[in-house]
Amino acid sequence: MEWINVILQGILVGGLYAMFAAGLSLIFGVMRLVNIAHGDLIVLAAYVALVVAQTLGIGPLTALIIVVPVMAMIGYALQWFVLNRTLGDDLLPPLLVTFGLSVIIQNGLLTVFTADSVKLQAGPIEVATIRLAEGLYVGVLPLLQFAVAVAVIAGLQLIFYRTAIGRAFRATADDPAVAQLMGLDNRHVFALAMALSLAVVAIAGVFLAVRVNFDPSLGPARLIFGFEAVIIGGLGSLWGTLAGGLILGVAQAVGAHLDPGWQILAGHIAFLIVLAARPQGLFPKVRT
Amino acid sequence: MPEALLAVRGLEAFYGDFQALFGVSIEVARGEAVAVIGANGAGKSTLLKSVAGLLRARTDAITFAGEPIGGLPAYAVAARGIALVPEGRGLFPSLTVEENLLIGGQLGRPGAWTLRRIYELFSALGERRKLPSTALSGGQQQMAALGRALMANPKLLLCDEISLGLAPIVVREIYARLPAVRAEGTAIVLVEQDVVQALAAASRVYCLQEGRVALSGAAKDLTREAIAAAYFGV
Repeated sequence: MEWINVILQGILVGGLYAMFAAGLSLIFGVMRLVNIAHGDLIVLAAYVALVVAQTLGIGPLTALIIVVPVMAMIGYALQWFVLNRTLGDDLLPPLLVTFGLSVIIQNGLLTVFTADSVKLQAGPIEVATIRLAEGLYVGVLPLLQFAVAVAVIAGLQLIFYRTAIGRAFRATADDPAVAQLMGLDNRHVFALAMALSLAVVAIAGVFLAVRVNFDPSLGPARLIFGFEAVIIGGLGSLWGTLAGGLILGVAQAVGAHLDPGWQILAGHIAFLIVLAARPQGLFPKVRT
Repeated sequence: MPEALLAVRGLEAFYGDFQALFGVSIEVARGEAVAVIGANGAGKSTLLKSVAGLLRARTDAITFAGEPIGGLPAYAVAARGIALVPEGRGLFPSLTVEENLLIGGQLGRPGAWTLRRIYELFSALGERRKLPSTALSGGQQQMAALGRALMANPKLLLCDEISLGLAPIVVREIYARLPAVRAEGTAIVLVEQDVVQALAAASRVYCLQEGRVALSGAAKDLTREAIAAAYFGV
């Protein structure tokens, strides 16, 4: 029974990791851009949520209504004015620019908010639990986060495969030149993709803010978890990213249960095993 | 003389330092079918890419419906009503046949061409609408690329070597659909290495040779000798 509990906790936190990863996966899929600042943008979203919640006196989940559009607009502007200029045949410029962005965000947050860790209070929901079975309890908040993560992935899947803008994303990713012949402005399509990515980042950031004590330096670790989830799941597949997040979460939970100091290491070991045994990931989208 | 729909004047084109077009001038009237023939490397595709906005051109070198469009990016040219069927088809591999057609209609310009009419014109596509575009044969892919361009309801259709790599019977099938396109009043530019098909489908012909117009005239007026001379540069 205790192992079932461990696996369950791992699955629930895995949903959060999948949310960290979804935005990253989306951007790499659409424009082959590796966003080194992704984790820091999650932390930025967490701080934006903090400011909004404290200024307006609303709860973090209500703050989502403001944080998501704000982050989406930041994403559009970031892509339009900065990152679109880095796109080309070379993979290096986006890496360098987003690395610089990561440094700027971290230091900016440090200057404004200091290194003190903070947390967003969500109220009684934080300690509420549901009894699933004899001896098996699950927190309402982690369950909610997991449900939202699945909903986000399903929503992204819907956008990509059932809407005109999703078609535009996939076509522009396939062939930016021919996509232009369809009347699609690549700059606008990429900017919309980044806006979507940061909208997901906003949700992930709010959940992070409620879950842990955060400070400006938390970004890079979230980036690593996001990367690992994407790689384990396989590039190009959003459901794969969910699976990757779950596997990472369960690996960490199992490791933590054996010894608290092994939590992060267990996740990395699982990642390395997948990378060694099946480098393309568990559910890669086969691109012909 | 009614104003031409497309007027190209003194167009030059470069790939880096290499000059591919040396002052090419052609005209296409509304609803007209014009063929551009020439040997490999003569500059035919370069001409189409320049008109479509994939290659940079001088602003006044290309005029469409009275407006200068040279130098406009490809998405802006497409918005004006020019659709290019690119060399090699250029279908999107991640999209199904139907999705490829739908994205051709992305601009939402109203007109005669709808999904249903495209499937009526090309029944093979209708049967395979949910398949990935990569599952089609060469001829079917060409039909899909043509259908995709038609979905934009363009005023001018640019066809870049639609016969390339296809068996003669398949080429005849595709060319047999072009009258239906003409019937809607769409002007067509056919760039072809298959001279016979191009001359049969077009009313006027330009022959390019090494980046220059070597011959032009009504298709029925040009003799085989004149065309061969212009084509091969003898």
